[in-house]
Amino acid sequence: MGRLETGGLRTLCGGPFSFAVEHGECVALSGPSGCGKTLLLRALADLDPSEGTVLLDGESRNEMTASQWRRKVGWLSAESSWWFDGVGAHFSKDWKKSFHCLEKLGFGEDVMGWRIERLSTGEKQRLALFRLLLNEPQVLLLDEPTASLDVSNVWKAEEVIADYRKSTGAAVVWVSHNPEQIARTADRHLCFNNGGLEAAE
Amino acid sequence: MNDIIQLSPLDLSFAALLILALAGLSFRLKLGLGKRILISAARTVIQLTLIGFVLKALFAHVHILWMSTMALTMLLAAGHEVTSRQKHKLRGAWGFSIGTTSMFVSAFSVTVFALVVIIGPDPWYEPRYAIPLLGMLLGNTMNGISLSANHLTQNMRSHRAVIETRLALGQTKSEAIADIRRESIRTGLIPIVNAMAAAGIVSLPGMMTGQILAGNLPLDAVRYQIMIMFMVSAGTGFGTLAAIWMTSHRLFDDRDRLRLDRLRS
Repeated sequence: MGRLETGGLRTLCGGPFSFAVEHGECVALSGPSGCGKTLLLRALADLDPSEGTVLLDGESRNEMTASQWRRKVGWLSAESSWWFDGVGAHFSKDWKKSFHCLEKLGFGEDVMGWRIERLSTGEKQRLALFRLLLNEPQVLLLDEPTASLDVSNVWKAEEVIADYRKSTGAAVVWVSHNPEQIARTADRHLCFNNGGLEAAE
Repeated sequence: MNDIIQLSPLDLSFAALLILALAGLSFRLKLGLGKRILISAARTVIQLTLIGFVLKALFAHVHILWMSTMALTMLLAAGHEVTSRQKHKLRGAWGFSIGTTSMFVSAFSVTVFALVVIIGPDPWYEPRYAIPLLGMLLGNTMNGISLSANHLTQNMRSHRAVIETRLALGQTKSEAIADIRRESIRTGLIPIVNAMAAAGIVSLPGMMTGQILAGNLPLDAVRYQIMIMFMVSAGTGFGTLAAIWMTSHRLFDDRDRLRLDRLRS
């Protein structure tokens, strides 16, 4: 499940955007920095005020509370944020049932006992992905989810996201600057042009 | 109470000499404070003299209308003071309204409670009791509110990414700022809690000192001081809770979006 559709969506700095991401589809977004990619994702997650409609499986975001919407339409920011001292405190108690996913991202069970300050930027980014997937969102809004990872970890993360998409049928919107990554992961590629979106070559 | 030694203008000018000496020293050491010390000292003289006349008039004409006017003026002045102490103010009239409202629900109602239930003068709004009590409550509540609101807005600004990540993970606005809110309330309450703990050991509270100087028995003064301490703590606590609750709600909109644009930068 998970079909995201927007109509006449105006973000803080662009639009109107009208497009749909089908059930199980991965759409890559690219464009020069400052063109409003992040703002588009934030508007889809309802973190910034925006005009227009956003529907999930035909249901408008205004028909549910903001927190219900954001659980279903999960946003992963380019830079991860952590607020407790320990890693484990940031995860719900049933993380173990998704342990295979954590393992694929290159961590053992002991990571839950680590302190946040000993994590590298890349480790934080992978753990933030795991934290998001535990919510079981129906749509993933990924803002350069592999930007600070080395090559082998990029592949691991891509694989985890692809597995999640296949097993749950989630729709994925993936902001990426890397043409090879887009070719590897995306079914469709949309490009920002003059404040609007168009299909890339 | 008639055996109090009166201070003549000459006595006060001796005290003023000390302030002049301090200002002179400040000029000498280039502390950049000399002018401010003199202006503030002058304000003390003028403001207190004026309030002395106002109180004299109020005491002579006890009427609920005069009392209400005075109380309202004090409340609005405190609301203005709270707002002007904020580093990041809410846009529009929100900061002033929230500050004034929370002092109204805390300092005002606690004062009325103390007058009606505890002290019980006749009439209950007798200015000799009502004005000093309200003044102390407003002053302390004002401090608590401005400290905690400042803490809240500064931390919500600096923890923006954390708050939005928590929202994105499906937390409600209250969950996303729970610890910031808690810390802000603590920041506002700690000075008064500390003052209660240190009262009598480290410092003799001003009101008690005043009563003793005015010739009251120490134990009577102590009883008043205990009551004041409790009232002030309760007022500060309720006022701070109300102000933090309202301010933090104002910084989100109806869709639980963090709206730091509602703060002036």
